[in-house]
Order: sequence, then C-alpha cells, then structure tokens
Amino acid sequence: MTTININGRRLTVDAPPETPLLWVLRTELDLRGTKFGCGKALCGACTVHLAGKAVRSCVTPLAAVGEREVTTIEGVAGPEITALRRAWLDIDVVQCGYCQSGQLMSACALLMSTPAPTDAAIDAAMAGNLCRCGTYPRIRAAIHQAVKSAR
Amino acid sequence: MITLNRRHVVLGTLGAAGALIVGWGVLPPRQRLLPGEPLATVPGQVALNGWVKLSTDDTVTVVMSQAEMGQGIHTGLAMLLADEMDADWSKVRLETSNFDKIYNNQAMIVDALPFAPEDHGLGKRVAQHLVRKVIREVPGVIATGGSSSMKDQWLPMRQAGASARRMLLSAAAALWRVPETECTADSGRVHHASGRSASYGELAGRAAGLAVPGDVALKQPSQFKLIGTAVRRLDAAAKLDGSAAFAIDASPPGLLYASIVMCPTLGGSVATLNSAAALALPGVHKAVVLAPIPGGMLSVGATSGGVAVIADTPFQAMRAIDSLVIDWDPGAGAAASTRAINAALTEAIGASGRQVHHENGDVDAAMQAAATRISADYQVPMLAHATMEPQNCTAQFKDGVATLWCATQAPPMARSAVASALKIDERHVQLHIPYLGGGFGRRYFPDVIVQAALLARETGGAPVQLLWTREQDMTHDYYRPAFKCRAQAGLDAQGRLIAWSTQSAGSSLGAPSMFDSSTDGASNMAYRFANARMSHQPSEAPVSLGIWRSVAHSQNGFFTESFIDECAVAAKRDPVEFRADLLRDAPRHLQVLHRAAELAHWGEAPGAAPSGAPLGRGIAIHRAFGSIVAQVADVSVDSSRAIRVHRVICVVDCGTAVNPNLIRQQMESAVVFGLSAALHGEITVKHGQVQQGNFDGYATLRFDECPAIETDIIASAQPPGGIGEAGTPPIAPAVANAVFALTGQRLRSLPLKLA
Repeated sequence: MTTININGRRLTVDAPPETPLLWVLRTELDLRGTKFGCGKALCGACTVHLAGKAVRSCVTPLAAVGEREVTTIEGVAGPEITALRRAWLDIDVVQCGYCQSGQLMSACALLMSTPAPTDAAIDAAMAGNLCRCGTYPRIRAAIHQAVKSAR
Repeated sequence: MITLNRRHVVLGTLGAAGALIVGWGVLPPRQRLLPGEPLATVPGQVALNGWVKLSTDDTVTVVMSQAEMGQGIHTGLAMLLADEMDADWSKVRLETSNFDKIYNNQAMIVDALPFAPEDHGLGKRVAQHLVRKVIREVPGVIATGGSSSMKDQWLPMRQAGASARRMLLSAAAALWRVPETECTADSGRVHHASGRSASYGELAGRAAGLAVPGDVALKQPSQFKLIGTAVRRLDAAAKLDGSAAFAIDASPPGLLYASIVMCPTLGGSVATLNSAAALALPGVHKAVVLAPIPGGMLSVGATSGGVAVIADTPFQAMRAIDSLVIDWDPGAGAAASTRAINAALTEAIGASGRQVHHENGDVDAAMQAAATRISADYQVPMLAHATMEPQNCTAQFKDGVATLWCATQAPPMARSAVASALKIDERHVQLHIPYLGGGFGRRYFPDVIVQAALLARETGGAPVQLLWTREQDMTHDYYRPAFKCRAQAGLDAQGRLIAWSTQSAGSSLGAPSMFDSSTDGASNMAYRFANARMSHQPSEAPVSLGIWRSVAHSQNGFFTESFIDECAVAAKRDPVEFRADLLRDAPRHLQVLHRAAELAHWGEAPGAAPSGAPLGRGIAIHRAFGSIVAQVADVSVDSSRAIRVHRVICVVDCGTAVNPNLIRQQMESAVVFGLSAALHGEITVKHGQVQQGNFDGYATLRFDECPAIETDIIASAQPPGGIGEAGTPPIAPAVANAVFALTGQRLRSLPLKLA
C-alpha cells in the first residue's frame, strides 16, 4: 500500500512501487484524463504536475512520488489554468483532443514558473508535447492570450 | 395459337428485367430523411426524422454517423441541421447514429469513381446517379474518410433540419389556429404575429404527431445564420478538463487489461509459445495466441499474429509480455526490405505494360519535337499514421452478445469483422464509438477491434481492454506505401510546356485497375497540357499498406508540384506565372494561386529569418477531394543543414465555407501533418520488420519547429468540398521549391535532406 497526495486528497493505492504513476492514476484512481501516448516520455500526453512541475507520468514510478503533491487535469486549479482554458476555448485550440490534457498541464506549469514567457521559453516548455492534429500555432497563441488576460 | 420458343422466353425475360432495371435506374435515389425504423427515444423526447430528436426541455439531439477524430465534423454537420431548423445552438446535443442505410456515405463512393473533376459528361452523371442509388440501398456503407462527410450530408442534414422546422411551424399554427404562413421560427422558438410564442420543446409532442414533410425548400445562403460563421467546436470544453471519453477511457465494471506483442515481421505469426513465466507473474490471467488479421478493403497485407496477455492491470499485462518465450513464423514477409522495395520501384517506373490513367495529344511526338527535355525521378518513403491515441479496444462477450468500445472510421466494417471472428450474428455486436484520438486513415482497419473481441472470449464474460504499446502501433501499421515517379517534360523554344508525362510505381492497395486511385492528383490535375500521359505501374511487396491522410495525393502532390517548378526553372519563368499560364481555363485555381502569391508578397525578396539566415520562398497548388489549396512556404537552412519552415501562407477554395474556424484548423492541421512527412517521416523495413519503434525513431513535427500558418478562405457559393485532407499535399512541394529557390538544390526525395 502506498499513500499518494493527489488533487488535494490523500489516498492509498494498492500498486507495486515500480508501477508508473500514469497507470496508478488511470486504473487505480480512475483519473482517465491523463493519457498514454508513448510510454517513454517522448510525447507528453501523460503530463501531470508533481509539486507544481510538469513531469511525464508514464516514466515516473509510484515510488518516486513520495509525499509530493500530484495534480492532474481533473484537479488542476488556479489563475493560470483558468486563463489557459479560457484562451483555449476562445481560440478553439483542440482538434482530436487526445494530447490536450498534457498540453494544458505543460502550459500551466510554464505559466506557474514564468508568468510572462517569451516565445523561446514557450518553445522550450512545449517541445516535449506532440500533437498530430497540428494545434501548435493555436497553443502558442492561446498561451500568449492567457498571459495577456492574466495581467 | 401462339407458341413461345425458348429464345423468345429468354429474350422476353431479359427485356422485362432490362425495363425494370432501367425504370428503377431513372428514378431518383430514395430519400434519406426517414430511417427504416424510427429513432429510439427516451421519455420526454420525440424523433422528428432520422437525423434529429427534440425533447420537451428544448434539447435538440442531432444524430451523428460520422467519426469525430479531430476534424470538427460533429460541429460542422450539426450546424447544417441547426441552421435549417432555426434551432437554439446552445441546446444542440449529439448522439451516435445506428447503422440505418440513410447514413450510408454516398459521396465517398461516388468520389472514388474513376472520373476526372473536369468531366461533366453524361457517362459520369449516369454512373454517379446509379452508384448513389445503389449505396442508398445496400447495408454497411457508413464511413468517415475521403474528406467526404460534409459533401455527403450537406443536403440530408439541411433537409432534415428544414423538415423539422416545418413540422414545428405546423404544430404551432394548429395549436394557435392561425395560418402557418403567419408563424416564424427563430432560435428554438416559433412566434406568431399576435405576439404568441412557444419553444420547440413545448411544441415537440404535437409536431411529432404530424406527417413528415419530405420536400421542404432550403434556405438561400443569405438566410444562413450559422452556416458560414466561425462557430466554436462543440467538443472543446470536454477536451480541456479530461472528461472527453476516448476508446482507451472505457471502464466497464470488472475491466481486465491486455497487452500484446505481435510478430515483428509484418504479416508473420506465432510458431510456438511458452508462457509459463508470464503466467506465474502476479495478476496475470491468461496468454492468448492470436492469428494474423487481414487488413481488408483499402489495404494490402495483414496485421501480424501475436500473443496477448490478460491481467488485472495494464502494467501487469505489459510487464508479462516481456516474460513470454515466443518463436515466430515470419512467413513471406521476411524477404521484405526498403532496399528491395525501392529496387522494385525503380524497375517498375521503367516497366512496359503500364496502366495509362490519362492521355491526351501525342506525348511521344511532342517530346521529340521539344527544344528542351527534362526528366527527374522522385520518391517518397513508407509512412506511419502515428495517431496520438495508440490502437486499443475494450470488448465484452457475454450471453452471446459482443459489446465493444472502439475507435473506428468504418463502424459497419468493424461490426462485420467482429461478428465473423466470433461467429455470431451482426445483430449481436454492439459498438460504442467515442471520440477518436486521431484517425488519418489508420482506424479504417479493424485489427485491434477483432483482437479485443477474440480476447473477450477468454475472460468468462469480463470486459477486457487491449492496448497496443506505441512500439506495437508503430511497427504494425497499414503504412502509406513508398512510391517512385519518373516525370518528364518537353518545352518548345519559347519555353512553353508542350509535353508532360508521369510514370509512377507503387502499391495500388489491392484495387483493380479500373478503380486504381494511385494517380489521384497526378492524372486529374487542372493544368492544361497540350500533350500528356500519366501512367502507373503497380508494385507490391509483402508489407501491410493502407490509406494515409490524402492517400495518393500525398505523394502525387509532391511529384507534380515539384516537377512543374522544375519546368518553370527550365523555361526561365516565374513559378507563379508559369502555373497561371497552364491554369488559364481553371478560374478557381487561378484565384487561389494569385491570392496566395499576393498574401505572400510573391516577387519581393523574402528577407531573413530571426536568426539572420536568408529565407527562400516556394509555392505549390493542388486540388484534392473537391477543394483547391495553394501554399507558400518561407524556409531557411540552419547551421546543421536542417531545413526550417518559418511561415506558411495557405489559401483554400473549398466551396461554401460552412465553418471558417474549422476550415482554418484543418488547414493548419494538414500543414503540420504534411510537414512531419516532408521533414522527418520515414518508415524503413529490414527482414520484413519495421525499424522505427517510437517517436524517437519516427519523428513528427514538434512545437518548436512549427511555422506560423496564415490561412485565407476564398468566398464561394459552390457546394462544400472536402477539407480534412486537401491541405496536406501541397506543403512538401512548397517547402522543396523554397529550398531550391534558396540553395539551388532540387530535393526529389522525402523526407527532404540537404546534401
């Protein structure tokens, strides 16, 4: 049994410590907004926050989480994600949507650490999140708009 | 006494049958308003026809037969119905259709007939008419592909909305005892001149009791309220909080999980299996050997056989896979390699006995007479679809009924494949189709769905979710075939193009020559060539191949638009002017071409990239699926000789722009998808095995490589063309042409790599 701080709650899960956090979230905790894409931290679909930083849950073993707070797309809250979601809707970013939980979590982690990122900082933060539908230009525009609206 | 001899009887029977067939043939196709069985409803809800249900709480439920895989079709189609119905857009909800024949995709089949877009002859019209009629009557032609959804449902959805609106007006008129002509409808309410008004929901019960009017006048474009506006996507909000359900998110009670390893050799199977070690691991229930599964229509080859492990959790199942001891039977695929495929293609582009898909004038004589002759060989590699959601399916088989949660672009095909695999009647197969995490043609093929159904036989009625790892997904795709093309042209002394020839070679995806679409986008271009021949030579290899976003256009756009650029260079002409001359009889193309040139400031120096590196500019124009797209790319070369694309101007004429927002999205999407192929994409095969396993080996365009994309939509009142694929073909040649303008290097092979 492992205790995990997840979306503001403290829960106990019955999974081996080497289990990737992704599968703990999806199947033990029924938080299915976090997606499986590659299993090797190559696509970013599984991005969640660990103590406020973006991490790839598909390569983060449960044992490595410890006491740190895990936040998923279902639990993320605050001015950054609110502004991002509003901008995402206004600009109509999503297409198939499969990668978008990860995109939003990466963008949100960026704004939490860098409230007014440059394009280069946006590139660096978002380059690990693949999208086959090609929503990249709208994601960039939405991040800029979220920054503007937060001011 | 009249005696009939046998000949008379035979002739008479034939004549009668002929008259019946002709008589049936001249009648219009049957209506698509009313299904064979009325739609199922819940209390407080009525069905007004086969496309829309209305609830007493004013909810308007629009029936969707088409798969939402990112292209926004759910929003686009619902707009058609809601506009004609004058529904309140905020009350619109969606529901997946059943398999009634009214939802059959007539446009997709009609578009696949071998006629040129410029052909307006009787033969084409008769054939299209008859095919529409046949498709209206046969079961199981519901599919999302060929950029056909909007074309196909442009009228049925509007007619359904208009019919429903008329019923609501009639119901209100009867209720208020006033002439129907004094009633008007607006945003979900019927109003009368007296000031009385009622919501659609209040009128639902009365409206449902009326006869369904089948022949209602549709709105004129000037009366549209939703069509033509940039309505936001209906599916957006659910995709921002994790609540949108994909196939992978199905979680029926008692769900088990399965992982699979398939024979690395394409089409191979399991020879022997020792699963003892895997079965000893915690949580593991079973290891199941699965036979290869043929790809079926629109493909060649088969999905390899393999071994699936069923366990309590996905991690247990994946881990157990590593403990299996398997001897593979590679089968005929072991001989396949990229080297052998390319050698066969090289041989085939020179082959005699080719299929000639188009010929006009006398190419050979014109080539002989030409002052300048040029020839170039192009090639493209195999490509994976690499949908972000890997192949997966959840299945339950209990009490003789199979229930599947699956992502499919062709539900009836999937249902039929499951029924046949489980040897049950199709009526005992139920599909739940949530959002698709990308499609691009991959989800036509029901392999993972059949595998999951077969696993569901092994669980004593418990549901099981089969999820392919990314590696299994990448190495067991139905790949875009590799193609080669030899392009030749002759110019006269004045630099005019007098002869044009393309000879392609590649997989015909199992199509008979009559329906071989391998030269789509090469044999049916709008360019007017005085003498031209476009031919194809099928060249097959034992690998699994299928349809990939824009199908043959994906390679032919690159071949033809690169080579036309080479011709312009040989003629010492500006590439835009050179194309414009050849498009003089194609006004829609000309407008798109000139608009793109204007927006890109064609003719002015392209300037420099932010890094200071000089920019090169290239253009391409291509028609596919009834829409015309021109793109202008600005590129630079970085210090590591990599090509960087900075800006793409994209101009599209897709007829009526139902939703400009979705059209822009699809143009951006197609550019990014096409750039992945232009700059990175390459699947290689060795000993029948695909060499790329994940996004490290098979790179797709990343955020920091993505250009700015500016899309302009030509205003048009023509019926809508397809939009999901038309933007993909021109981007690779636009970039290659820009690279040539910048460096003088003509890159004739994808992905583009500078020497």
